[in-house]
Amino acid sequence: MNKQILATSLAALTLATSQVALAARDYISVVGSSTVYPFTTTVAERFSRATQFKTPVVESTGTGGGMKLFCQGVGESTADITGASRRIKQSELEMCNGNGVDVVEVQIGYDGIVLANAKKATPFKVSRKDIFLALAKEVPNPNGSETLIANPYKTWKDVNPALPNTKIEVLGPPPTSGTRDAFAELAMEGGCKTFDWIAAMKKEDKSAYKAICHNLREDGAYIEAGENDNLIVNKLVANPNALGIFGFSFLDQNADKVQGSLIEGKAPTFDSIADQSYPVSRPLFIYVKKAHADVVPGIKQFLAEFTSERAWGDEGYLADKGMIPLPQEKRQQVATDVRKLNALGNLAAK
Amino acid sequence: MTNLTQTQVRERIEKRLASRHRKEKMFRGMGIASIAFGVLAVVILFSDIISKGSGAFVQTAIELEVHYDAQVLGIDKVDDESLAWANFSGVIREALRERFPSVTGRSDKRELYSLVSSGAPFTLRDRLAANPQLLGKSEKVWFAADDDVDTFVKSLKDSKEGFRGRTSEQKAGWIEQLLDSGELKKRFNTTFFTNGDSREPEQAGIRAALMGSLFTLLVTLALSFPIGVAAAIYLEEYAPKNRWTDLIEVNINNLAAVPSIVFGLLGLAIFINFFELPRSAPLVGGLVLTLMTLPTIIISSRVALKAVPPSIREAAMGMGASRMQVVFHHVLPLAMPGMLTGAIIGMAQALGETAPLLMIGMVAFIVDVPGGVTDPATVLPVQIFLWADSPERAFVERTSAAIMVLLSVLILMNASAVMLRKKLERRW
Repeated sequence: MNKQILATSLAALTLATSQVALAARDYISVVGSSTVYPFTTTVAERFSRATQFKTPVVESTGTGGGMKLFCQGVGESTADITGASRRIKQSELEMCNGNGVDVVEVQIGYDGIVLANAKKATPFKVSRKDIFLALAKEVPNPNGSETLIANPYKTWKDVNPALPNTKIEVLGPPPTSGTRDAFAELAMEGGCKTFDWIAAMKKEDKSAYKAICHNLREDGAYIEAGENDNLIVNKLVANPNALGIFGFSFLDQNADKVQGSLIEGKAPTFDSIADQSYPVSRPLFIYVKKAHADVVPGIKQFLAEFTSERAWGDEGYLADKGMIPLPQEKRQQVATDVRKLNALGNLAAK
Repeated sequence: MTNLTQTQVRERIEKRLASRHRKEKMFRGMGIASIAFGVLAVVILFSDIISKGSGAFVQTAIELEVHYDAQVLGIDKVDDESLAWANFSGVIREALRERFPSVTGRSDKRELYSLVSSGAPFTLRDRLAANPQLLGKSEKVWFAADDDVDTFVKSLKDSKEGFRGRTSEQKAGWIEQLLDSGELKKRFNTTFFTNGDSREPEQAGIRAALMGSLFTLLVTLALSFPIGVAAAIYLEEYAPKNRWTDLIEVNINNLAAVPSIVFGLLGLAIFINFFELPRSAPLVGGLVLTLMTLPTIIISSRVALKAVPPSIREAAMGMGASRMQVVFHHVLPLAMPGMLTGAIIGMAQALGETAPLLMIGMVAFIVDVPGGVTDPATVLPVQIFLWADSPERAFVERTSAAIMVLLSVLILMNASAVMLRKKLERRW
């Protein structure tokens, strides 16, 4: 009796699965970066309202996780589009191409990474070199010799006499986060390069150079506060001496609680990120699977919506959500490229 | 002892009595203190969530006199095709311009238009679709306000200034003007219960996640309860006690303690990659959660079966019942309350789970309310997680409101578990 029940339910299950697998997917599937997620979802929603297509399903998997899912291959069960808060890596592109996936790259805009503290505290003015010296695991010996020592700095004043005499305490995202990658690349490496002998290492020993520039200290001065940026904002309010690292849209929405620090004399504002004068900003991308463009209904229209002026323009709805638009000419160029759906070749060649 | 007089004995007892009473009191006090601590934690949690989340049940709305001008709309009749094309935002913009005729200039107008939600044109479209005779006429309609306006208006009651944030001085002036004339009010937020997720907080709702949770739990219950009970009955009533059944028992107990993300990975490998089931579907979610809740149900069902006195089995056997008849006519009905309690607790656990769903694509932005087990869907705890991670300020209260919805579903489930047990329980 029990066996019979078990056998019937198993049979029913297999039957159900085979039917499901045959049904064609009639919605767009998007994966990828949690930074791009708010923007993709906004477009997805507007797109489905303006057209007859189903609302695309958008998953927030992180840039790296998204690439893995995206590059798995071509077919129903794989994603059509992935969002990335950095450019695709050569290794990822090779994985994609190896699985028969041709990739179309679309740069959609910029995002600024801010170093912020509580509104009631005094605003910070730092350079990238200060950031590097305060947060790197190993720093150049202050006596001038070209050697590295474990980071000895306890207060901001130790790093740079012009800075306040408060303990170095920075809340930021964990290593799995794209924001952390971009912060390491733009802010840390930017400061790291100011030491000529380290910059010279880049040519000889790239991995050692990266280790010096990108490794954050682990002695408690840099605190991994999780992926949730709202949490970091609340922790900053509770602790006026701490600084936090997060995306610009969270600064924009919480302007009554936190203020952005000036980096190289530039405050993180919409305009300073858009004209690239604010040093810690990064490009945002979406990658589209070329083979799916004609198979899954709506992909071309979705891309058209994404690259329309009302979406990514200077006054488009994505700008309202905190994305920093590309310059006008670049937008036009990307939009025409997208219409042609040219697959991405070798990264180095570009 | 013999050389002690009665009074001496009494004295000694009385001496110790005080300290015994003290100890007794202390012990009781500790018990009360730990309960008080628990209650305090719950009160703090609930009051925090309720104070943050109650705001989400009302939504600021703006009343505008709109004129369904065929020319502005660009249509001459009301049918599906023309409704899809009609320029409803033009009508709303005109209504706003009429309300504030002094506003000129491009950027000022843009700011004026941002008073109402970007979903307002769709509200209007639905109204016209329902009443086609409105074309060419005017009426007063309440539109949801933009989330920045909503946050500003709600913060006004906490402080006089309010949280201006992204709202400019000029816009705040308009809002106050509308507030004074009664054209801006906080109304009950039905959208929250009828819509799916949205990027615009004022259009975001819990419905899609609630339905997703429902479908997922249905699949979980439909699979895990029969399988779990069948396994428990076999192990308890039929299986011989030997090394193999011991091994199985150890494994079941082990499975109950496996971190739930592992089941998610398993689900990804088996159901999605091998069986090629669709991603983000409640069917796969239910299958994964079945794996997760099975041990709980098996263990509690076995305990319930063990609690049925052997005399009942023996009596039934003595009357000539077969083993199956013993199980189905006598043991199972008596064990059912315990099994159901276990199942409901397992379901409640499954309802609160997010980690395994991450791997199978149910941590996703879902706007359309799912209509079946293969439609893309998300679940309540995932919706909470996604909103908690959103930059928009108005999502803070929606996060707490979603927690309140989840908690009430949980309370409902656990209360029904207690009720079922009370009703069906039999004592010997």
